[in-house]
Amino acid sequence: MMTLFFKRAIEDILKNRFLNIVTIITISLSTLIVSAFILFFINTNKIINLWQQGIRVMAYLEPGTAASERAEIEGQIKQLDGVKHVRFISNEEALDQLKSQMKRQSSLFENLAENPLPDAFEIRMRASEQNWNKIESLADRVESVKGVQEVEYGQKWLGRFANIFDMFKVAGYTLGGIFFMATVLIVANTIRLVIYSRREEVEIMRLVGAADSFIKMPFYIQGIIQGALGAIVGLAVLLISFLAIESNMEQGLFAGFFQFRFIPSRILLSIIFSSMLVGWIGCYLSLKQYLRV
Amino acid sequence: MIDANEKSSIIRMFHVHHNYGAKRALIDITLDIAKNEFLFVSGPSGAGKTTLIKLFYLAESISEGQILIDGMNLSRVPPKRIPFLRRKFGIIFQDYKLIPTRSVFDNVALVLEAAGKKKRFIQKKVRSVLRSVGMEDRYNALPPSLSGGEQQRVAVARAMVGDPKIILADEPTGSLDAEAAGFIMGLLRGVYLRGATVIIATHDKELIRKTGGRVLFLKQGRLEGSTFVDKQHDDAIF
Repeated sequence: MMTLFFKRAIEDILKNRFLNIVTIITISLSTLIVSAFILFFINTNKIINLWQQGIRVMAYLEPGTAASERAEIEGQIKQLDGVKHVRFISNEEALDQLKSQMKRQSSLFENLAENPLPDAFEIRMRASEQNWNKIESLADRVESVKGVQEVEYGQKWLGRFANIFDMFKVAGYTLGGIFFMATVLIVANTIRLVIYSRREEVEIMRLVGAADSFIKMPFYIQGIIQGALGAIVGLAVLLISFLAIESNMEQGLFAGFFQFRFIPSRILLSIIFSSMLVGWIGCYLSLKQYLRV
Repeated sequence: MIDANEKSSIIRMFHVHHNYGAKRALIDITLDIAKNEFLFVSGPSGAGKTTLIKLFYLAESISEGQILIDGMNLSRVPPKRIPFLRRKFGIIFQDYKLIPTRSVFDNVALVLEAAGKKKRFIQKKVRSVLRSVGMEDRYNALPPSLSGGEQQRVAVARAMVGDPKIILADEPTGSLDAEAAGFIMGLLRGVYLRGATVIIATHDKELIRKTGGRVLFLKQGRLEGSTFVDKQHDDAIF
């Protein structure tokens, strides 16, 4: 019987080709937009994690701190919760690093009467502590250690970026919800038009003893097929765009730093399944409204 | 109310009324239709023939009274059971009601598909029925490409294919020429001879005279009487 229902559904799709193509394109556009958001979230999340792993807290010492005091400060920092590794960077080492980083502007350093840089401790955190709130709290605790003049965690902007990212997430969920509803209504409308074009046929089927389920099943299959095809087309477009953009990005801004990844297969399957569900719900609404026995 | 005829009756109507809004279409109809009966429902246009037929398969609801079909009380049939009720009938319409976008074969197969029959059985049965109505060479034709007589033959095949206990025909020859009408009536007679009850709504007295059978007369929604008409032999037609 299922073979028959599939046959009828495919016949319907082919008979109402234009209507079905429009619906599939609409579903694919919705899928494309929602999936693009998912792709953005996945990669942005990965970038943030990568940056967080590289975060170090720099504690600059007051000028003229003696070696004995330094050891005491180091001991106090090491005892703080979440600290994995503490390394002393003398002002000479810091200046050398600066010079090597600014080779082209080396003339700037030639006329220095004295080293302007302070001694510092470079503090690395344990992997489990590397989330934004904990870094901030650690920085506050380090700053309160006596002898520490200033604390800096260079990627302060990362916190702001993470907040913006969270806002994007909310916007993404909202958009996802809106597209979900819009797609359901579009599918419902297509099925309604198909039912309308087949109303005589539906009436005849009823007269010859066809049960409600027999009449409705091909419509449901049609909705599910529309959902699946729409999702596949949308994801295919996204994959092609991704491959094109990825090659440019990796050669440019993110060269050697970050490997972009496409949506994992588990999420791809979820997207396709959700789209099929959208097709089914659209169909259900339409049949409920326009195919009452 | 239940008498000795009940066992041999396939349809029983008790004081049935049907109203279209304020208009009374059927008034106090009480009748028995026996199993394997060949019955005409006759009367002028607007007498209530079609309404009576429609009540049997619940295309119209009963305003008052009761109808028993093969032991099933129609007043107690829930909407979900209506398809099962309709499978007891083979219904033929004056306007054929064939699905124009489906082949002759698919139109006839629909009844068996709806009843959940197996594909192999459907193939065999539909071909056999289409052969019996002389449409074996038009399996793949679409209804609009057929003549009126051919379309009605397909409709008869569709009515016969489920081996129903009752055939309901509403003006089955109304839009056919004499030859095609004769062929259709011959097919219905054949179904009757194989044991089915055949009920035909018609205002065509000539058709009744040529075919023969019990005739119910309806006038302005009331059952005016019942009589038996002998078949007039006319081999040129049948």
